[in-house]
Amino acid sequence: MIEQIVFYLFSGILLLSATMVVVMRNPIHSALFLVLSFFASAAIWLLLQAEFLAIALVLVYVGAVMVLFLFVVMMLDINLVVIREGFARFLPVGITVAVLMVAAMGLVVGSDYFLSDTYMAIKSVGADYSNTKELGLTLYTEYLYQFEIAGAILLVAIIAAISLSMSKSKVNKSISPEEQVFVKKADRLRIVKMQSETNNKDEESET
Amino acid sequence: MISLPEVLSLAALLFCISIAGIFLNRKNVIILLMCIELMLLSVNMNFIAFSHFLGDIHGQIFVFFILTVAAAEAAIGLAILVVMFRNKGSINVDDLDSMKG
Repeated sequence: MIEQIVFYLFSGILLLSATMVVVMRNPIHSALFLVLSFFASAAIWLLLQAEFLAIALVLVYVGAVMVLFLFVVMMLDINLVVIREGFARFLPVGITVAVLMVAAMGLVVGSDYFLSDTYMAIKSVGADYSNTKELGLTLYTEYLYQFEIAGAILLVAIIAAISLSMSKSKVNKSISPEEQVFVKKADRLRIVKMQSETNNKDEESET
Repeated sequence: MISLPEVLSLAALLFCISIAGIFLNRKNVIILLMCIELMLLSVNMNFIAFSHFLGDIHGQIFVFFILTVAAAEAAIGLAILVVMFRNKGSINVDDLDSMKG
């Protein structure tokens, strides 16, 4: 019973903060409400006995991704008036689509299929059960290649993000080959007409 | 005791809120990225609910990989956003019309 109360409490916080993310005027407030919704869903994941992923959600999302979001939001100088126009215009469409999707998903979720005994068989685990250990045992044996691919994806993301956001000013003095190929003689060489210097002229200047 | 339909309806409601957010905030790329994060969160919640009620750890492995990809996506998306703001001076989606699509 207490489990259900906690679940409904955090579900309410989650849905409320998700709604605030959508309707807030200031993007910084939206980002902070998104942090709140991540915390609430981490609590729900803890209730569902996914302890490692709940902590990973808080560490990775709240600690890294949302801080990145906040940095970007505060770095950009956004005109809020321009950003908000069209909100009222799209409000009927958005609500219609949301209600339709709620109805469609409600038909699926509310069917008797998910209430069958297949989904009620919860493995009762002892106090010495470690979610992290079981996750790691599966991750590093069955899913080893996928784990390495995930690492490669993160490396690609790092390189892409740095190369995208690095300013285009040249940091080194490297030559560009295409300019070297197209160079003409006239660009580099200048012929100057001048009188030839003779020996007696030198003697005159010396005296 | 929590039952599976409760968690599934919570995830469905979260998904619908973020769908509505994408429709409502068509101008602001930052809110669009946040709504995508919320959608991924609701999908993850479905995975964790089934993992819990079926007693199968593989759903949590999937959530692990989705978290990884979502972090990469957020990093690249925000980098693109910064470059867009530097070039165009705004983050309005309507200004992204140089390809006449």
